[in-house]
Amino acid sequence: MQIIKPGTNIDFIGRRKAAFILSAAMILFSLFSLILHKGPRYGVDFAGGTQILVAFQNEADAGQIRAALDQTGIDNATVQESREGQSYLVQIRTIQTFDSESGILTSLPRLLYETTGFPAEILSIDMVGPQVSQDLRSQALYALFYALLFIMVYISGRFEMKWMLSAAVAGVFISVVYLFPQIMQNVFHISMPIPMLILVALVLTLAAFWKLGLAYALGASIALLHDIFITVGLFSVLDIEFNLPIIAAILTIIGYSLNDTIIIFDRVRENLASRGKKTFAAILNQSINETLSRTLLTSGTTILVLITLFVLGGGIIHDFSRALLVGVVVGTYSSIFVACPLLLLWHKKQGL
Amino acid sequence: MKVRSWRFYAVCVALILAIIYILPSFQPGLWPYKTINLGLDLQGGMHLVLDVEVEKALESTMERRTYELRDQLRKERIRYTSVRQLPDGSIAVRLADTADANAFSEFHRKEFPDMTMRRHTVDQDIEFRFSISAEEKAHIEKMATEQALETIRNRIDEFGVNEPDIRIQGERRITIQLPGIEDPERAKDLIGKTALLEFKIVDDSYDVQDALDGRIPPGTELLYEIRRDAFGQETGRIPYLVKRRAVLTGASLTDARVQVDSQFNEAYVSISFDRQGARQFERITGENIHKRMAIVLDNNVYSAPVIQDRISGGSARITGSFNMESARDLAIVLRAGALPAPVRIIEERTVGPTLGAESIQKGLLSMMVGGGLVLLFMAIYYKGAGLMANLALVLNILFIASALAAFGATLTLPGIAGMVLTLGMAVDANVLIFERIREELRLGRSPIAAIHAGFDRATLTILDANVTTLIAALVLFQFGTGPVKGFAVTLCLGVLSSMFTALVMVRLIFDFLYDGKHKPVTQISI
Repeated sequence: MQIIKPGTNIDFIGRRKAAFILSAAMILFSLFSLILHKGPRYGVDFAGGTQILVAFQNEADAGQIRAALDQTGIDNATVQESREGQSYLVQIRTIQTFDSESGILTSLPRLLYETTGFPAEILSIDMVGPQVSQDLRSQALYALFYALLFIMVYISGRFEMKWMLSAAVAGVFISVVYLFPQIMQNVFHISMPIPMLILVALVLTLAAFWKLGLAYALGASIALLHDIFITVGLFSVLDIEFNLPIIAAILTIIGYSLNDTIIIFDRVRENLASRGKKTFAAILNQSINETLSRTLLTSGTTILVLITLFVLGGGIIHDFSRALLVGVVVGTYSSIFVACPLLLLWHKKQGL
Repeated sequence: MKVRSWRFYAVCVALILAIIYILPSFQPGLWPYKTINLGLDLQGGMHLVLDVEVEKALESTMERRTYELRDQLRKERIRYTSVRQLPDGSIAVRLADTADANAFSEFHRKEFPDMTMRRHTVDQDIEFRFSISAEEKAHIEKMATEQALETIRNRIDEFGVNEPDIRIQGERRITIQLPGIEDPERAKDLIGKTALLEFKIVDDSYDVQDALDGRIPPGTELLYEIRRDAFGQETGRIPYLVKRRAVLTGASLTDARVQVDSQFNEAYVSISFDRQGARQFERITGENIHKRMAIVLDNNVYSAPVIQDRISGGSARITGSFNMESARDLAIVLRAGALPAPVRIIEERTVGPTLGAESIQKGLLSMMVGGGLVLLFMAIYYKGAGLMANLALVLNILFIASALAAFGATLTLPGIAGMVLTLGMAVDANVLIFERIREELRLGRSPIAAIHAGFDRATLTILDANVTTLIAALVLFQFGTGPVKGFAVTLCLGVLSSMFTALVMVRLIFDFLYDGKHKPVTQISI
């Protein structure tokens, strides 16, 4: 059985302008939504506060739940209801945190029972203090940044044999990002906003890789950032919360999308060796077509299991698999339509 | 092609190891290997992060030094006008007679060499300021965190939790994992209590009402006793004016246990002192007959009995409005000792057992359905070769699970998702190889040559593609906590084992089936 017939030759590179417009539109749309929502919507992990998940056997009245919350002293709580199987789930979110002396969490099930008339069971409590949520936020950004740099070094090394050069560049940026906030803090007593710092470092890193001609790493990483940005944007459009598992999903998307890109680049490298008189664009097209069957198969099976997870996984896994689904689709697209055209662009600039 | 190649032995060893490590998870106690740990999100439990307020440990150290300094000066007969703590933590001493300055320097060298002393002139008076070095400060803070960890570990051990995990995170944080805990609020209460036990003499020479109005005499402080009803609801507060300095602390305790008063059928905690503490207790009670002694825990008065007589024998009882449970918890914290500094809960994640069981069920279901779909697809698409890939896929799950057990790693809900995801991505290596073999066949190579070329050429690609995923997973492992870390671990293991099964095991099967020795290979099922 075959999905893609041998000898298929679709002109992917020829459609790069249309792809560029599509990508730009998606990025603008994401940006617009992010600006409109004032950044991504942080969940309890990154915003801090308390999130309580309560299960009722019967459908309880939201007004009564609110009344019970008012009595305990949980202020400004958002109450979100959903139904899962037999039970009726209520998610309570507040920016407050509670210590054990307040006794609020102990008395909550009893109060809920008294006001609603239905027994309530606390399924889970997540309480994250402001310091911790801030730490988690900067840790997540550092993780994304480090992962990206390490991967860029690996690609430059493997595809262009520029191990030392790329490692040196990455080393400089890692130490700057690591040391700079500490120096500012200890010497000048200015605490750096980490997101700004990492954004600037990221742009400078990309500029450095461009200047030094590390084209493969540049193409792959821009394709990656494209995927991350669109996934984040789509989450913003759908108004989904950002929590730790979503960061895990995003890092997995990085790995997955690269996987795809590298397999095409690998074929490009192989085909360049027996190039003949073909143009670089033709080589790119040939490579994409030759690996197309594999690209579709792997994406297909991955999407298949992700859909099962999305439908059957429940709870936390739901948002996690949704992020991955978006990421896999966008990642497959970007390997072909973003990473390859960027490689071509650089080659043209070099007059090759 | 020799079948008994290194690949054959590698696969045999891997399979045997995997079976050895996985079996205890199905049949516990079969042999002394560990079973797969379930994360808190799967078995229910509580995850806490505490912040040790180390600056308070520093404060109390300096406070103790202030008392010592005063005592020593008195002993050495150096007269002073004031010895007090400054807001920056240092201790300022003013001498009554500046002529004593030289004797004082000598005193500093002899008695407190670990503190640095500086001379300052304030309002034409000479003031000596004692402070401790930055290293000493760091040491005190580090000790406070370590001691807090020990104390909390003792408390949890006595409370009785299966396989708790307690460790220091960073400089001053402690993470605690309590799997399967049934009463999280009580556990939190127990862990968070500073449990600083102090005995203070009630100062009855002043009117409490005066103190309540804001006229607190020097050297004393106002403390309250909180009365509670049987449900633990607060019913009232009784103020006490006590001498600020504790006559005895919980540091001299050797034991604390719950007992029941046969007369009133009330629970109380009986405590015993060590020898020095017993002597001190005897002396204090002797000196303060008919006065009241407040028993203070974390600045709350538990009771303030009137001392009837000199108490020897080194034991005392703490009464108050206790039920059995709260008396038991008090005994635990007293036995385990006080925390060197207060702790604050800065992160808490509690998962009830119901949610955990449900998560496992859903995770396994989606794994079976998703896996089944992939198996079906591969068998249809690649026929014979697809079946090999399917065998590899099933073994992948076995390898990941046994590696989790072997490394004592923890399986979390995102970890299960990672395993399911691996199912989808693990076929990638096989797909790359099979596609390559098909290509080589199309180029007109013989089946055996196509197999060899296919594997050889796909190997590098597979390596490159997987290393990048591995990098992302390792970074995730480094940065993640709890569930996210669990995901990173399964993803790493998934990548490694899928490479192994595709490049070593599937190749071995190909070599075995199409060795070309016994009959010529004309066709491969792919």
